Amino acid sequence: MTALQLTEKFGFEPLAMPAPDHPVNGCYIGDLLSWVMGRAQADNAWITIMSNINIAAVAALADTGIVILAENVTPDASVIQTAQAKGINLVRTPLTAYETAVKISQDI
Amino acid sequence: MSEFLNFHFEVDGDNFVSAGQASVQMKKNMRQLGLAPEIIRQVSIAMYEGEINMVIHAHGGVADVNVYEDRIEMILADKGPGIKDIDLAMQEGYSTANEQVRALGFGAGMGLPNMKRYTDEMKIETVVGEGTTITMYVNLK
Repeated sequence: MTALQLTEKFGFEPLAMPAPDHPVNGCYIGDLLSWVMGRAQADNAWITIMSNINIAAVAALADTGIVILAENVTPDASVIQTAQAKGINLVRTPLTAYETAVKISQDI
Repeated sequence: MSEFLNFHFEVDGDNFVSAGQASVQMKKNMRQLGLAPEIIRQVSIAMYEGEINMVIHAHGGVADVNVYEDRIEMILADKGPGIKDIDLAMQEGYSTANEQVRALGFGAGMGLPNMKRYTDEMKIETVVGEGTTITMYVNLK
């Protein structure tokens, strides 16, 4: 499934979608950046409540397919701009990380 | 020594907004060089952790990445406080990062362990009060 298909199917709020065709396979949940960096696999959906600017760099370096901000956390405008510039798909949902993972689990 | 490409980066200290820029740039460079995705990932992760450490602990520093025919060498040098106990610092979960840094998602105590895990060789030279130089290698063959 692509990042855009996942976003549309589950009604995530797209904040930045510069790479809509990026494949999404598997999922990683975490807020500690080094942990995500070392453990998330390429093309994973990364679910987090961390919303500061550094998530864009971590997502870019770890090659995640999409970053899903859980519980409607609001990122700074600079995060959205940076995500757009770095080719990071960034979406938001009111669901918790657990609920999000359960929901998308059949499709990734 | 065989011919190599050098990429030099100045890492700005205490600037968490731009933290990771050198690693992101290096990743682009590696893509342009056509390196294998797994190699790019290994180098990116190791370099990012090193870069973040320099920002968190050492007010920045310099990073040099040398691409040889058979391996990639990363040299990260700072004039920070040095590492008092390397064995302790290498333990997963051990961190001396402050609360402000932890609130940003750093300071998980995974930096040095990740650097070791994702490289084939890592050397730490450190003098308390003078600085730290970390050299890492990722083999290309």
